[in-house]
Amino acid sequence: MPTEIPSEALEIRDLVKTFDRPAVDHLNLTVRRGEFYALLGPNGAGKTTTLRMVAGLLRPNSGSIEIFGVDALTDPVAAKRVVAWVSDEPMIYDKLTPFEYLEFVAGLWGNDAQEAQMRAHALIGWLQLTEHAHERCEGFSKGMRQKVALAGALVHDPQLIILDEPLTGLDAGSARQVKTVLRDRVAAGGTVIMTTHILEVAERMADRIGVIAHGRLIGEGTLDELHRQAGGGHASLEDTFLALVAEQAAA
Amino acid sequence: MQAGTIGWFARHESRLAWRDWLSMMTAGKRERWRLAAVALVLFAAFMHLVAYGMVARYADTATLDRTTLVTVTGCLMLMFLLMVSQAMESVTRAFYSRSDLDLILSSPVAARRLFVVRIATIAVTIVAMAGLLASPFINVLAVLGGPRWLSAYGVVGGMGALAAVLALALTVAMFRLLGPKRTRLIAQVIAAVIGAGFIIGLQVAAIQSYGTLSRIAILQSDAIVSHAPDIGNLIYLPARAVLGDLHALALVLAASLTALVISIIAFSSRFGDHAAAAAGVTTTGARQKRNAGFRVFSARRTLRHKEWRLLLRDPWLVSQSLIQLLYLLPPALMLWKSFASGTGASLLLVPVFVMGAGQLAGGLAWLAISGEDAPDLVATAPVPPDWVLRAKIEAVLGAIAFVFAPFIAAMALISPTDALIAAIGIAAAGVAATAIQLWFRAQAKRSHFRRRQISSRVATFAEAFVSIGLAATAGLAAGGTWFALATGAITLAILGGARLLAPRG
Repeated sequence: MPTEIPSEALEIRDLVKTFDRPAVDHLNLTVRRGEFYALLGPNGAGKTTTLRMVAGLLRPNSGSIEIFGVDALTDPVAAKRVVAWVSDEPMIYDKLTPFEYLEFVAGLWGNDAQEAQMRAHALIGWLQLTEHAHERCEGFSKGMRQKVALAGALVHDPQLIILDEPLTGLDAGSARQVKTVLRDRVAAGGTVIMTTHILEVAERMADRIGVIAHGRLIGEGTLDELHRQAGGGHASLEDTFLALVAEQAAA
Repeated sequence: MQAGTIGWFARHESRLAWRDWLSMMTAGKRERWRLAAVALVLFAAFMHLVAYGMVARYADTATLDRTTLVTVTGCLMLMFLLMVSQAMESVTRAFYSRSDLDLILSSPVAARRLFVVRIATIAVTIVAMAGLLASPFINVLAVLGGPRWLSAYGVVGGMGALAAVLALALTVAMFRLLGPKRTRLIAQVIAAVIGAGFIIGLQVAAIQSYGTLSRIAILQSDAIVSHAPDIGNLIYLPARAVLGDLHALALVLAASLTALVISIIAFSSRFGDHAAAAAGVTTTGARQKRNAGFRVFSARRTLRHKEWRLLLRDPWLVSQSLIQLLYLLPPALMLWKSFASGTGASLLLVPVFVMGAGQLAGGLAWLAISGEDAPDLVATAPVPPDWVLRAKIEAVLGAIAFVFAPFIAAMALISPTDALIAAIGIAAAGVAATAIQLWFRAQAKRSHFRRRQISSRVATFAEAFVSIGLAATAGLAAGGTWFALATGAITLAILGGARLLAPRG
């Protein structure tokens, strides 16, 4: 383990992943500690593949991934200890209750029982799941399932949370709860990386935004910086995003 | 053909059924159809050999005495109950599988016509399955004893139709009495109990009376024959038809087909309502007892604990496993009687336990190893990947040990050597079944694993043959014969073959 606390939460260097064609193509990306980073891109741009490699779900062909200074490819267990992954399709156990699910996650991450229980109760309260905390998840709506998955991601107190389209299919109320929890997390010093197709969310929540296309980063920075990179004169992130993607396609 | 007619729906359904069947036989790879055809022919030849060994001596049976009629009626009853069990499973699936129902029910065609076809399909499927299973026996009898035995095909058809009628009536009655939410599980359990109950009952009676596991022995016993109805009773009509009485066959067919037509007319109009009600069931999660607090164990124990919890909360798996355990009741009873009488029945039970362990381990391993609802969560947890797999294997083998330990302990009181051989056989069967499921694992959500038909054909057959092989090896070893080495080697070869055929990477 490094002795100094690095200022980068995530550092990706020259990352390559090829399936039938290159999905991630020599990608370089840095996310700072305590930052809310939104990763945008058209369908098939390589966002999910990149984040799945960071979470340890896919092995890259080449390149390096460092999470808080830990090489995630040579020491995946140490890297996973500080990361949480939430996908658009909430993967929870139908036959477990939210409480049991959180207990299971805390066991996997080797948390202290008392601390984890306190966090679980707090999360269940924040996400308004108290009434259903001891009901099996099999009858839950998509929104409730996503909230349980999010609680699972937070119960082990990760330093880096990676979310792949977490707001897909959520109603307005649930989406707001999720956004509030994430914002609180960043305010408390945590780091969040999120992919989304809802550009308004990225515009309002992210400290920095990365735009990815054909497996490469084609734009990155704050909203103003992105506007400038796209040649200026764009009123919204949507215009900027489309301009950057069109420019990349034309190149 | 005009769209929306019964014929049109029949063509649509048969096309889907044919493609399903083909996909099942070729494991989704169409180029394998030749291999599948050869395998089918070989299997049919093998079954005819088995049938020859079992029924050749009955081919010349011509006298219609009470013992013959009772025995044949008993065997037909066994088959009929298995058909009812299968039909109940099909009817429940038809009610609860949403697949294309939303499309059909929201379209302007009369859905009743589709349900006429679906009910008829259930009957045809049951008849086809039963016909396929019975055909080696009927063919052998017909070749050796004359074409009169071919009338048995007609009886199978009639029984299949009647089984569909009974299954439909029972399921609809449950729907009305219990509601769609409860019917699903209860129908599954009833189907399984109907299938197993009669066989187990006969075995228990045979053990109590004659100290044997044979079902035929009890059917031919004086006690049963003397209490059976008189020779002219209508209950013997199917048996008479099987033995070549064409008049009886005509009556059996007329009665069963009439019942089928009436039930199709009666039930098809309501089938849509039931299916819609089943589709509309919002599963409210069962409430669990409130935990006093978090109990956080080591990651490995946490994983193991999760597997056991999920296995226990899977009603389908629990009902299937309970049925498998139910089949162990007769051998257990035999063990108990053997202990009381001091006879050496434990020798007979060694292969039964080994076989049971292999089957149970196969089911548990299949669900635990291939079924994972949250693969991403487990994969992103800070635990080495092999821990996850190891925990699943430990959970399966632990469950097998829990189930069979009492039997082995009881056997050890009668014969420590037999108990030791049985324990080794059970462990080997558990490990082999788990290994096969590991090699052929195809990860999916547990809720998608309702039917074992989606698992690999090679894995299913390998698992069955290895279980049989290990059971034979253990039985022969307990009998003190060196043939055990030969069957053990064959079993290992089958296991090695399965490893070679397993997908890589």
